[in-house]
Amino acid sequence: MVDEILTIVLDGAIYASWLFIVALGLTFVFGVLKILNIAHGGIYALGAYSTATLVPIFYSLGMPEQLVILAMLVSALAVAIVITPIMERGILRRFYGQDEVLIVLVTYAIYLVLEDVQKLIWGMNSLYVSEPRELLGALEFGSLYYVGYDLALIGLAIFCGLFLWFVLNKTQSGKIVLAVIHNPEISGCMGVNINKVYLAAFFIGAFLAALAGSFTAPLISVQVGISVAVVIESFAVVIIGGLGSIPGAVIGALIIGMARAACVHKLPEAEIFIMYFCMAGMLIFKPKGLFQGAQARKI
Amino acid sequence: MNFFRQCLILISSILISLLTFVGISNADGHKGFKLGVVTFLSGPAAEPFGVPAWNGGKLFIKLLNEGKVPAPYNKKGFGGMKITAIPIDESGGATKQVQEFRNLVQRDKVDAVLGYVSSGDCMAIPSVADELKALTVLYDCGTPRVFEDASYKYVFRTAAHAAMDNIAIAKYLIEKGHDISSIAGINQNYAWGKDSWKDFSVSVKKLSPSSEIKNELFPKIFSGQYGTEISALMNSKAKVVHSSLWGGDLQSFILQAKPRGLFKRTQVVFSAGDHVMPGLGNKYPEGVILGARGQYGMMAPDTELNKWFYKSYMDEYGVFPAQPPYRMVQGLMGLKMAIEKAMEKNGGKKPNKDEIAAAFKGLEFDSPGGLVQMKLGDGHQAIQPHAIGTTVKDKDGNITVTDIVRYKASCVNPPNGIKAVDWINAGFPGADC
Repeated sequence: MVDEILTIVLDGAIYASWLFIVALGLTFVFGVLKILNIAHGGIYALGAYSTATLVPIFYSLGMPEQLVILAMLVSALAVAIVITPIMERGILRRFYGQDEVLIVLVTYAIYLVLEDVQKLIWGMNSLYVSEPRELLGALEFGSLYYVGYDLALIGLAIFCGLFLWFVLNKTQSGKIVLAVIHNPEISGCMGVNINKVYLAAFFIGAFLAALAGSFTAPLISVQVGISVAVVIESFAVVIIGGLGSIPGAVIGALIIGMARAACVHKLPEAEIFIMYFCMAGMLIFKPKGLFQGAQARKI
Repeated sequence: MNFFRQCLILISSILISLLTFVGISNADGHKGFKLGVVTFLSGPAAEPFGVPAWNGGKLFIKLLNEGKVPAPYNKKGFGGMKITAIPIDESGGATKQVQEFRNLVQRDKVDAVLGYVSSGDCMAIPSVADELKALTVLYDCGTPRVFEDASYKYVFRTAAHAAMDNIAIAKYLIEKGHDISSIAGINQNYAWGKDSWKDFSVSVKKLSPSSEIKNELFPKIFSGQYGTEISALMNSKAKVVHSSLWGGDLQSFILQAKPRGLFKRTQVVFSAGDHVMPGLGNKYPEGVILGARGQYGMMAPDTELNKWFYKSYMDEYGVFPAQPPYRMVQGLMGLKMAIEKAMEKNGGKKPNKDEIAAAFKGLEFDSPGGLVQMKLGDGHQAIQPHAIGTTVKDKDGNITVTDIVRYKASCVNPPNGIKAVDWINAGFPGADC
């Protein structure tokens, strides 16, 4: 019994960590730019593809195995550096202040374009890059073996969450971002360069999406279509937690991760709809999510 | 001004008439055979299934048109008619596919449609095919329900359904002395996965009544993350874990389960496990019992027809053919045989769909995977011999298949008129092994 509970908690935590890293960028971009970015899934896929491309090159250069994590970070960074100016400066800035539905449609269109970009660059074949997963070996928990890499994802998620929280709350730049979130017009009047803040916020969101893809690549066969489930599940997380809320993303990811793990172990028939059940429950009782506080009405 | 307008109308009318005439002339003068080919060309099912299948199909159609296929397929095209294929992407779900099917039949005026990997699409298309009186060959999908729950005049399936895969695996486990006292399964949550698990678990229970089902998992298709499911399977301590996962899902499951020791701790069986071998290479685990949905790829029979196909595919694409190209070529061979049989009867004219359908019913033809017999579903559903093997590393360290056991079609397929699950429940009456 203890073994089973430990297994459920560990499985849930690993899944929640992965979900949190993906959802963190999505909720942060919404918080700052007020954009529900469906193309987030496309950036995640680009992160996975770039890692699947860069890591074999890294190995072929005879670099030390332990530094492969650096190669994965670089690939995520490269995606964010390339995609941010194109998406934020090139397309999205033209739609700021427009109807939210229109912006969702724009990001959906970008998502479709990114899917085709993947086909154009990498073709239809699957890519495999499972080697980084062997780096940390396996650990025994109860009667089961867990791969060290999977457990390290929990650490990565905690680091990403705490780092973003620290930057936002304890640094001057973060406080400027918070001011922009609170009221972009007044922040602008006070001399804050809103465009720069938007660009930086989108970059962080894109980097987090690419980072999630990059660290997921060793777990899966990287192929066209991997972003679909990611878009749906990360949306579920932010709906439960509240759009734009980092603590909300933590709780949303944990609720879905733990509920899913418990279902797979104890009630497998319910696994397929548990995420939607959580989401629907939240929409009925707290439509703005767990961490979306009351907002003052602007006159 | 009026004069100019009248001239313009006159010239436009002449042009439209000419274009219409040319169009009609071309339609009347079309001596070839227009074939709609539907398979996954994008999405997660494309790389492991759709693309290799279409690669095989494309190559075979090219060789048929050039008359370079060995006997009995050595007549050019279909009965001398040049084959023109219109490939269509199967991704997008059943509703989209029904629309695409209507487009092929009503707009593109194809002579036949060959397609469908997804069992969901195979359940949706046949009723529309009969409504439109469109000759349709299902070449890949596995759910037994297509012809068990209904009958169709113009629809044929040239590959055996999934019951064969799972019955054969259950028999193999017993024949090879594996411990099947407890079983667990991980199968996708739709027709294919559900039917596969049902056929396997019922077969095992029939062959070994004391066997216990420990766990039944049905993750959603294309979920990609199986960490929790792997824990649940390992916790269940089942002696055998069955899976009909395919494509990217199977690849991800293998990549995630291998380092966690699932393949060492329990006997894993994959009912359709061969098609990811070319991609995964040596990442594929040893000791896995697998089927290829027929005698395909590494388990193909040692016949001249197979040697020719295997070599042609290898030469063209540099990789061995797994089940998808075999099954598409099997469909094309069936269609060719039916058309040429119909032409023999009508004096060599291009046969109409009723003539082809009549010739297709109950047809038997050789394929690289062995003899295909349209014996079920009143002559509309194929049965074929099957093979099951176990993966092992050869002396060069490459994964290959060994310990292959071959099963006659009549040993692992139900007789006509009996549903697969009823046949299994009845203890396989009349099975000729």
